[in-house]
Amino acid sequence: MANETTTSNQAVHPADAPTIAREQLVLNNRSMAWITDRVCGIVENRQPLIWWVLFLPSVLLAGCLGFTLVYLVSTGVGIWGNNQPVAWGWAIVNFVFWIGIGHAGTLISAILFLTRQRWRTSVNRASEAMTLFAVVCAGIYPGFHVGRFWMVWFLAPVPNANAIWQNFKSPLLWDVFAVSTYFTVSVIFWYIGLIPDLATLRDRATSKIRKFCYGFFALGWRGANRHWRHYEMGYLLLAALSTPLVLSVHSVVSFDFATSIVPGWHTTIFPPYFVAGAVFGGFAMVLTLMLPARKLYGLEDMITPKHIDNMAKIILLTGTIVGYAYIMELFISYYGGNKYEADAFHLRIFSGPYTWAYKCMFFCNVIAPQIFWFHAARHNLWVVFIVCNFVNAGMWFERFVIIPTTLARDFLPGQWGYYAPTWVEGLMFAGTFGLFLSLFLLFVRFLPVIAVSEVKGVLPEADPHYPEWQELKKKRAASLNAEK
Amino acid sequence: MSDSTSSPSNSSPVFGYVASFDSAAALYHAAEKVRDAGFKRWDVHTPYPVHGIDHAMGLGKSWISAVVLGGGITGCSVALALQFFTQVNLYPTVVQGKPTNLSTIPAFFPVTFELTILLSAFAVVGALLIFLALPRWNHPLFNSALFNTFSDDGFILAIEARDPKFSREQTRELLGSAGATNIELVHEDA
Repeated sequence: MANETTTSNQAVHPADAPTIAREQLVLNNRSMAWITDRVCGIVENRQPLIWWVLFLPSVLLAGCLGFTLVYLVSTGVGIWGNNQPVAWGWAIVNFVFWIGIGHAGTLISAILFLTRQRWRTSVNRASEAMTLFAVVCAGIYPGFHVGRFWMVWFLAPVPNANAIWQNFKSPLLWDVFAVSTYFTVSVIFWYIGLIPDLATLRDRATSKIRKFCYGFFALGWRGANRHWRHYEMGYLLLAALSTPLVLSVHSVVSFDFATSIVPGWHTTIFPPYFVAGAVFGGFAMVLTLMLPARKLYGLEDMITPKHIDNMAKIILLTGTIVGYAYIMELFISYYGGNKYEADAFHLRIFSGPYTWAYKCMFFCNVIAPQIFWFHAARHNLWVVFIVCNFVNAGMWFERFVIIPTTLARDFLPGQWGYYAPTWVEGLMFAGTFGLFLSLFLLFVRFLPVIAVSEVKGVLPEADPHYPEWQELKKKRAASLNAEK
Repeated sequence: MSDSTSSPSNSSPVFGYVASFDSAAALYHAAEKVRDAGFKRWDVHTPYPVHGIDHAMGLGKSWISAVVLGGGITGCSVALALQFFTQVNLYPTVVQGKPTNLSTIPAFFPVTFELTILLSAFAVVGALLIFLALPRWNHPLFNSALFNTFSDDGFILAIEARDPKFSREQTRELLGSAGATNIELVHEDA
């Protein structure tokens, strides 16, 4: 990084070169003080009425989640609709759904950081928070799906009186490690990124309680360059660690299916297909949350049409990868010559009990995002918002297609069954949305939604050689005029 | 240029000077001057990491990466030891047709990978806290209102009195000639 600014003066600052001019990341030439005020103001001022309108029902729904969990533990998993042959019902569908949503945050913060995509700065904080809350929602399902929740500690390899050890050869145990590592590392990444902004909130705090709370979590941050250089290296390393991690989590989740011998699951395309799907669904959820938040809190100058355009393009790309995976899966079931595999897909699409789910999935995930090929669609916020919600629904249908559809039609027709969720599962799923939204609204209320220190760093005047670039630009303009 | 002290009648020992600058560029050139003047106990405080200022301050690469490598190696070996010891020695069970010996290793890769990442991430946090000497909730610099603008849009340079080159008059002159817009003398206690 030290070399970055010591390049020769002949180079042209990308922000200033007319031929290769990029769109500004922060519009209307906003100053650093404006950015601080605008983002910290969300936390410091009263929340708009709509915040309460969203928050109260969300908390109520989260309460329903608590109620269904208590009911479940006190009664038994029989109150769920899953049974043989469909032992993995909505519980696992929703687990995979939520964990998939929790992929965009770390992708934005880690992979886009490593690839030096500077536009990530204004969306990374909120997406990381969204990631954490989605993983919290996801974690509830397998935890309770084990049946006896009070035995959940047995997922961890601790010495016990029975001298029994976990089966480390099982993908289900890999999943435990993958998801808990992902959650822990995402929390660390998020918190480290928050420290400088917590210091900003601390320095602006007017009440003693605020000063204490933000000061406590800001760890006494002083913005010293002797700190920043270690901090930046640490952040870079975390990004480098999170990049393979984010790709591994959904791969490991897909192993739960792919390492089994069930027709329809036993395919090698699952890991990349799941990862692409997770990124796809995650970005859709980021946009679903950020489009209203940006409007509501006046963040249009920081989350610009350029950001939305970029994210829509990622949705288009990953959606197309997902479409490729669907079609390739289908092709292999024919070309592989395995009659069980071929039959599994025939039942999925044409003659099984859940063909409607396959059609919904295909439309929402493959066809709907194709509208993002058009510039006008990517710049119409209503179109973006609606397509993102199609994707959110489509990704849920994808997991539904993979799990109950496959289990309901096993090798032996005598084992075939049908699965429908009960009201408890329905309320639980709604409850996780309540929990997710309440956590996100609390995050908006108490923490800076935009990484203030990072956005300041991408302003043109943040570059210590900015005046020299300006000088150069003037000279060049003058010489061009002289030539004319 | 205006001068002030945090409180004129303060009798506690002097911590040092805090000077503010207009822009990242001004701070960058000031840092070069302070570096060339031979100061050692000084720092710049900025709202975001100013790229290239490490060079202007004469700082090298951060070796936090070495600690993290150590964390990664620990995680990898702990994971392999845990899995081999429990699956091969303590509780060998043949499931899914997978053997219980060295050939089982492919089935151990995912957990090994996850623990490597996990302990590396812990190493990042541990190393950061140690390298930065944080958390430290109190610091003499926080006594200065001028200093506290660093988290908004202030570009601050602080020179500590502990530096052997520090002198009340000359250091102030140096900061002034480097283009400081405000200079404040900070005491150990408010």
